[in-house]
Amino acid sequence: MDLISVEQVRIARDRADLVPGARPLGGGTWLYSEPQPDAVLLDLLGFGWEPVVRTATHLSIAATCTIATLRELPDSPLFRPLADALLASWKVQRRATVGGNIALALPAGPMTALAVGLDAALTLWSADATREIPAAEFVTGVVSTVLRPGEVVRSIEFPLDALAQPAAFRRISLAPLGRTGTLVTGRRTPDGVVLGVTGGTERPHVVTSLEQLDAVDDWYDDPHGSPDWREAMTRRFAAELVAELS
Amino acid sequence: MRFEVDGAPLEVEPRPGQVLRTLLREQGIHSVKKGCDAGDCGACTVLLDGDPVHSCITPAHRLEGATVTTAAGLGTPEQPHPVQRAFVDAGGYQCGFCTAGFVVTATAIEGDDLPRELKGNLCRCTGYRSIGDAIHGVRNTSAQGLAGDSVAPPAAMRVVTGTEPYTLDATTTGLAHLKVLGSPHAHARIRSISTERALALDGVLAVLTHHDAPSTLFSTGRHQDRTDDPDDTRVLDEVLRFRGQRVAAVIAETVAIAERALQLIDVEYEVLPAVFDPAVAREPGAPLVHGDKGPASRILDPARNTVAEFHGRMGDVDAAVAASAASVSGVWSTARVAHAALETHATRGWLDRDGRLVLRTSSQVPFLVRDEIAHIFELDRDRVRVFTARVGGGFGGKQELLTEDIVTLAVLRTGRAVQYEFTREDEFAIAPGRHPMRVGVTVAADADGRLTALAVDQLMDTGAYGNHGVGVMFHSVHESVAVYRCANKRVDAQSVYTNNPPAGAFRGYGLGQVIFAIESAMDELARKLGIDPFEFRRRNAVVPGDALIVCDPDEEGDLAIASYGLDQCLDLAEQALDRSLTGPDGWRTGEGMALSMIATIAPRGHYADVAIQLLDDGTYLASVGTAEFGNGTTTVHAQLAATALGTTVDRIRIRQSDTDVTRYDTGAFGSAGVVVAGKALHHAALSLRRMIDERGTIPGLRAEGHHDGTPRSVAFNVHAFRVAVQPETGEVRILQSIQAADAGTVLNPEQLRGQVEGGTAQAIGSALYEEVVVRDGEVLTRTFRNYRVPQFADVPITEVLFAQTHDDLGPLGAKSMSEAPYNPVAPALANAIRDALGVRPTELPMSRDRLWRLARDAG
Repeated sequence: MDLISVEQVRIARDRADLVPGARPLGGGTWLYSEPQPDAVLLDLLGFGWEPVVRTATHLSIAATCTIATLRELPDSPLFRPLADALLASWKVQRRATVGGNIALALPAGPMTALAVGLDAALTLWSADATREIPAAEFVTGVVSTVLRPGEVVRSIEFPLDALAQPAAFRRISLAPLGRTGTLVTGRRTPDGVVLGVTGGTERPHVVTSLEQLDAVDDWYDDPHGSPDWREAMTRRFAAELVAELS
Repeated sequence: MRFEVDGAPLEVEPRPGQVLRTLLREQGIHSVKKGCDAGDCGACTVLLDGDPVHSCITPAHRLEGATVTTAAGLGTPEQPHPVQRAFVDAGGYQCGFCTAGFVVTATAIEGDDLPRELKGNLCRCTGYRSIGDAIHGVRNTSAQGLAGDSVAPPAAMRVVTGTEPYTLDATTTGLAHLKVLGSPHAHARIRSISTERALALDGVLAVLTHHDAPSTLFSTGRHQDRTDDPDDTRVLDEVLRFRGQRVAAVIAETVAIAERALQLIDVEYEVLPAVFDPAVAREPGAPLVHGDKGPASRILDPARNTVAEFHGRMGDVDAAVAASAASVSGVWSTARVAHAALETHATRGWLDRDGRLVLRTSSQVPFLVRDEIAHIFELDRDRVRVFTARVGGGFGGKQELLTEDIVTLAVLRTGRAVQYEFTREDEFAIAPGRHPMRVGVTVAADADGRLTALAVDQLMDTGAYGNHGVGVMFHSVHESVAVYRCANKRVDAQSVYTNNPPAGAFRGYGLGQVIFAIESAMDELARKLGIDPFEFRRRNAVVPGDALIVCDPDEEGDLAIASYGLDQCLDLAEQALDRSLTGPDGWRTGEGMALSMIATIAPRGHYADVAIQLLDDGTYLASVGTAEFGNGTTTVHAQLAATALGTTVDRIRIRQSDTDVTRYDTGAFGSAGVVVAGKALHHAALSLRRMIDERGTIPGLRAEGHHDGTPRSVAFNVHAFRVAVQPETGEVRILQSIQAADAGTVLNPEQLRGQVEGGTAQAIGSALYEEVVVRDGEVLTRTFRNYRVPQFADVPITEVLFAQTHDDLGPLGAKSMSEAPYNPVAPALANAIRDALGVRPTELPMSRDRLWRLARDAG
């Protein structure tokens, strides 16, 4: 929809363009889907970031890489199904960005699930600083993150060793291809199975045992599932994944 | 900025924050539709440099040098794209508002995973089978044919090429836009309102408040007789009775200016106590929603928040229950449901050269709108013209006057052409939805399985206004109760005001909610008696010769069983069940059925005046009043006229839904398009045929037809399901879906199949997924992403079977079949889930979380 509050769209060219007050614009697929309060948009596609960069230790996905591009990468069996866990259509997948999905910080964000499940770190950029934060600590609540004013997600850094570990996931929604009610990822590490929980909770959780789920206190309540069902499904899936990956 | 659209260069400077969809439409490119404006529905899909995108979420500032292709750029009616041809051949649309987006998407589909490929495209009409057929190249329709053939709609090629105009698909110069400030409170009085700051904004033409509105009370619900609905509504009111109710309206040069001006209106509210539960609202001491209204409003009892109630007794239910071999009692409840027609409500109004008010609106009832606008604004009817273009879906939601009144006020105040277009959020938050009901049912039978008692206690939440709150209540307990022969019946029904958003007319008009309860109770009673549910219906449902009795055996009426196909429907559905179908390991399999009966025409009068004329070129021009909103009446009208005249459908042209075109038509509701207007047109065509036979083919020969909607017959539907349910998650998989329909003579088999499939899909939505969540009067589900309209992935194939019947009251023996298919679906599904789980769901929707809890609590 037209964003009637917007008075100016700036095309980002340089890090100095990252100023507080300018709303970062990625694919725009969510930003333009609801009324927004902002007067200035900063179009991050202007940076022209290389979508996929491989280093000796990491697969580095630019925040502006589309979900459809990530979906086709061979690096993890989770890429394709978690890209398809997006409620929106394949047409949206081709425009929506990985970083945008994470920065939006909806509980059901599938790229958050992916980054948390595969032990990724997020590189955050502001005009004059760079910092890195584990994906599991980035989302702090429903549409709430650790991003500071003027700061954006620059890239998602997937460690190659995590990508190489056997991984699986379970997901349920109220309708066959509906918005995620809960999504649990599991990854076998040398120290045991690591589980990632998103969708069913307000913020992501990483646990290394089923008992640790007892401490989860933010089962999410919205039209996509009741908290008791989400908790029960999460526990069921967690047990299945532990059995499958142990 | 320069880019190319459908092969033509476009040079235009987008506004900051603008999207491609509005940019195109502002340029007069109407082949992109607005269904949601949020990337959820796909109606605005275009190809951007060959890639399909939702144009409503595509930033316009990125378009420099781009190539955009809309449905109109893919092909033309004369030279359609192969995919467009396939959609016509398959009949892959009904109202067609979503079709341009489906067609563009279908050209870009690469695989054969249609649930995924069509995930971002919503169709509310078809149930998707015919869309799948289009993509797979299945041909279901023909261009020619007579009554009884699967003729394609006259508008087919225009619909698939995006060139058929809908309500707002026209260019009006000097168009102003209207936006509404909604109430932030569920119940409040406006203490003061200041429009000065808003009026000072450049581009604002007027700000309207309750000081500007006529004092006339009316109802947004429209019926043949305006006194059927309570006069409880003002165009703008000083008292606000639900969240989102109009506080003020801004008319401005652009939508954006109007929206900005809304924030500059200063309102001081006196917040009043509110009530949200109808069971509380009817008790003494509850806040009164319309306590200020007198007898002239025709509210049964404003002091009890009661719009209407009904109490009927026949025999002695309590004694019959006490003496019965088995009885069942329970309470069932249904959610508020949104119509979710893909075209939102909208009106564009202006004054013509003679100063006459003209309203182009998305309505099922243009004549009823004209009459009420004339009433509210004290205008002569001939000073008001109301018409519709093709309407993008209705389902009862457009049997309301929701946008026309405020546009009228704005046009009269400013003298400008003014448009008011609902957003998708408006549709969820302020447009009336399906009445939520709580229905208590008791049924009892003797040892032979004869029903001895049937009691219904219905309570419905009509919301803050009583539009359809009377009619839906009476209808809800009519055919649902009358379908069973039973000596002892008791019916109590009450329609109650609350401070929730108003409810209104919805496909089935109250029957579906009560049928869900009665058919669930009947199923449970059959179980207790150890009788097969089909057999139990055969023993107790009405048969030819029976009077149709709710509670009064002496009631005189115009409703009778003029034809009867229930026996065939029961047999057809039962025989089609494949009992070898089972679910995956660990899932439980179940089977269920339910029946429904519905009158072929709404009661209390439904009138149609039509005419047909022989033109100079040897073709015929039919003038009818009823609207086309995907129901297919226009196709059937052409078939009926061609059959009567001994000509072909391509020689029949139809003008419709315009108060200037014909004298009168009550409107497209109560499934009346074929059996009332169609019957009148068939009569007129037969008259013209006789005139031609007598006098020769003289151009200008003209015949008229009329039908007054009485007497009325009944139609029957039986639905059966096999399902698999996973108790540990609550997931339901439909293994088999069957509907048998008694529609009399089938005038267009493909269209009728589409109506049954579409009704089934909509009902599966309300049975499993759809719920407008309202908490403390606030609607929480305000977008398609938070309100699950069934997608391709959610709807199974339904086997559609027709009874062989002929109804002397309908045209060529046909009966209506638009609302009917919706009604038996939810109880049939509930009965199948009950069979699978061993415990009965009583609440709609039967969502996964509810079924999981039900199974868990049952152990």
